[in-house]
Amino acid sequence: MKTTERTNRGRKALLAMIVSGTALGWFASPADAQQEGRRRRGAAQEAKAVELAPDQVAQLTKIANERRLNVDDLLAAAKTYTPSGRHDEYVLFSSGGQSGQVFAIGVPSMRLLRSIAVFTPESWQGYGFAGKDDPVIERLKFKGTLNAWGDTHHPALSETKGDYDGQYLFIGDKANARVAVIDLRDWETKQIVKNPLTISDHGASFVTPDTDYIIEGGQYGTVLGYGYAPPEDYQKSYRGMVTMWKFDREKGRIDETKSFALELPPYWQDLADAGKLASDGYFFVNSFNTELATGGIEKGNPPFEAGVSKRDMDYLHIVDWKKAEQVFKSGKAKTINGFPVIGLDTSIAEGLLYFAPEPKSPHGVDVTPDGKFMVVAGKLDPHVTVYSIDKVKKAIAEKKYSGKDAYGVPILDFDAVMEAQVELGLGPLHTQFDNKGYAYTSLFLDSAVARWSLGGDFAKLHSEQPWKLVTKTPVQYNIGHLSAAEGDTVSPDGNYLIAMNKWSVDRFLCTGPLLPQNFQLVDIAAPGTTMPVLYDMPVGVGEPHYCQMIKADKLKSWPVYPEVGWNTHTQSLDPRAPKKGEEGVTRDGNKVLVKSIAIRSHFTPEHVEVNEGDIVTWRIVAAETTQDATHGFCIGAYNINLSLEPGEFEEVTFVADKPGTYPFYCTEFCSALHLEMMGYLHVKPKSGSVSDAAH
Amino acid sequence: MCKILEAVVGPRIAPEELRENRLRYATPTILFMLARVLLLISVFLPYWHMELEAPQYPKGLFLTAYVNHLSGDVREIDGLNHYIGMRPLGEAAAFERAAGVWMVIAMFLLVEGAAFIHSKWAVLLAVPAIAFPIVFVADLYFWMRTFGLNLNPDAPLSASVKPFVPTVIGEGGIGQFKTYAEMGTGYWLAVGCAVLTIAGFVFHRRAYKPLMERMNAEMRKAVA
Repeated sequence: MKTTERTNRGRKALLAMIVSGTALGWFASPADAQQEGRRRRGAAQEAKAVELAPDQVAQLTKIANERRLNVDDLLAAAKTYTPSGRHDEYVLFSSGGQSGQVFAIGVPSMRLLRSIAVFTPESWQGYGFAGKDDPVIERLKFKGTLNAWGDTHHPALSETKGDYDGQYLFIGDKANARVAVIDLRDWETKQIVKNPLTISDHGASFVTPDTDYIIEGGQYGTVLGYGYAPPEDYQKSYRGMVTMWKFDREKGRIDETKSFALELPPYWQDLADAGKLASDGYFFVNSFNTELATGGIEKGNPPFEAGVSKRDMDYLHIVDWKKAEQVFKSGKAKTINGFPVIGLDTSIAEGLLYFAPEPKSPHGVDVTPDGKFMVVAGKLDPHVTVYSIDKVKKAIAEKKYSGKDAYGVPILDFDAVMEAQVELGLGPLHTQFDNKGYAYTSLFLDSAVARWSLGGDFAKLHSEQPWKLVTKTPVQYNIGHLSAAEGDTVSPDGNYLIAMNKWSVDRFLCTGPLLPQNFQLVDIAAPGTTMPVLYDMPVGVGEPHYCQMIKADKLKSWPVYPEVGWNTHTQSLDPRAPKKGEEGVTRDGNKVLVKSIAIRSHFTPEHVEVNEGDIVTWRIVAAETTQDATHGFCIGAYNINLSLEPGEFEEVTFVADKPGTYPFYCTEFCSALHLEMMGYLHVKPKSGSVSDAAH
Repeated sequence: MCKILEAVVGPRIAPEELRENRLRYATPTILFMLARVLLLISVFLPYWHMELEAPQYPKGLFLTAYVNHLSGDVREIDGLNHYIGMRPLGEAAAFERAAGVWMVIAMFLLVEGAAFIHSKWAVLLAVPAIAFPIVFVADLYFWMRTFGLNLNPDAPLSASVKPFVPTVIGEGGIGQFKTYAEMGTGYWLAVGCAVLTIAGFVFHRRAYKPLMERMNAEMRKAVA
């Protein structure tokens, strides 16, 4: 009996010990100390439910009256104000126009997040200031001449199944017919391709639904391949074109060897859009100047502005790109300036290209989210004209042509392919879509955004008559493009729309004769006739054209480079990047190699001695892994400035042709001892004294 | 010679006695086994955390010590420490970290040995495992103190940050940083191991002391 009692007691004690021993461990310490840390710091940013007390209402009313704000203003402020530390819901990637850059803007706060240098050297990002063989400068050269600016027009986010995937951004340069690839992991330009056929373009860039190709439409007719012909030979020798740049997503680069172009008549091809879903496999390009006007105001001829606007109809170009790809792959393309081009005759013979009449010098062509309709905005015609892809396909199959153009391209019968025409107002330019069955078209001359109802399957989403104007909201002023949240994808979000106004006139304080553009945030969340403007954002860096708005959580940006010694051009670890202990200066003849490390708050080495005329290669790595611990590296008189983001490796080569003593320093305010982060480049004069060199 | 060995190792249990009181003899063995398991698991878990907070580090900086390595924002903390002249953390407790896993394995084997020795000398084998949590904290304090008090006087911020002893457990501060330090899961498992080892020894004595006494009495009788 006694033993059993003892055993029972023993059991209890055993249990108690195990519980005390293990539970002590698990409870006393949190599983994840990092979460504990976040909890401890408290929730300063967390929103509490607002309930205004009478004295707060009085306070708000007082401020509103003092600042002359009405209730709509207060609501607009509440819808856009973003407290410190709170992030935006969307990111707007906007063309930067003549600045040659791209701007990233948060929506709805309309705060400029940053610019991305693309076609123009930009010193903050160290873009184009890395010495004599700077890869940026090299890729901006055309026939040996540095084209150090661009006119960025149409950004295009990479897509998967017709939806933004947040991986890459492409943008076209109208002035020089170039297309750039920006990697959205580090928001840097990785590649620029120059169109081998044409000097300038307009319809770049637009992507096919899986980003197989980036479409670069041309604009002004030229002799393809940078050739020469007098204007009298316009019809015979000038041509238009559209280029299909093959995108290699794995490499994150355009593969020029797998790209091709289609020769087009010398109409002025304008904007483009790729088909999707129902219209996948096609793309569409607008045109004007089907008059083939050649201007010549100086000779008493009608100027271009009149000559190209004479006819009532121009041609919507309908291109079967999947078939064109097969034609290109089967070797039926000719070569112009070393680039494969499917000739106009081949396109006609293979059934790649059809025209549909479109009213008078239209501007945008935009495909509806389901891919079933193409909306052409009239520009000089008060309508948008809606085409049906089903009708287009049927008309092609049944050869319902109303004729052929001068080059033999079949013209589809207008009534056979047209679905609807909606009268919106003066100067319709571009169209975007929401998730409620509405389309939005910018009206340049009316200075307004028109909301109108779509038909087809979209009619189920709204309570309006299909194909009808619903409402117009005035915008200030002369709106060009507009952009709704993911409004050109297969699944638009609605919510917000940006009106990209060309003129701001009186909206802001006068900034001299050159005024900023005005981005207006329009609230499109409510259906029907409610569509207020919420916010005006001045853009005083360039004149943007198109922008795209992507849900912020789709972007997977790197907070710092993945490893220390990262080559941002190859997006991989660079074996040349100096490691700790390798710092120093070595010489081979007149070639000097500097291996340098930048870490808060010093460069190693701090003194670099070279002789006048030496070719100096300076390899430098930012040995930082902390977000925002960016360094700069400049050598003043040598036009060198690098942005060394955490982990980044850069190489600079220059000829030390100016003797003297040059302080180099960190150009980013990296730390409390930032001013001390410097060193000297000593360039010893070849002959004579230092004082000689000083003269 | 054989006698001495017998006196140290203690008597074996008669088969009929073991059949009757299985739990009595199994309890210390099980407790020692559990203690060993906890100790082994602890190797993979953090023993100590420190979180550093400063305005420009809204997500905080974290330092985590394991038996054999440091992890977290070591690079950044070293970078900051160089301003006040503190040596890199990698130079602290280098021997301890190199030997850590071997020491744990040794303790594991010693506690295992304690289960086979039935005399009171078994406690000697269990002492390292019991003392380990205290030794760990003492060693941590030693290194923090050594590093904190031996700052390079030529460091950039030597004028504003004087030698100090960092806080090993609880809240502390240095410069614009607030520090929060606490023991981690691995450490508490090691504590659990110590507690279970003590408990195991209690049951060990309860089970084997009567056997030892009987054996000693028999030996005395034989001598007489």
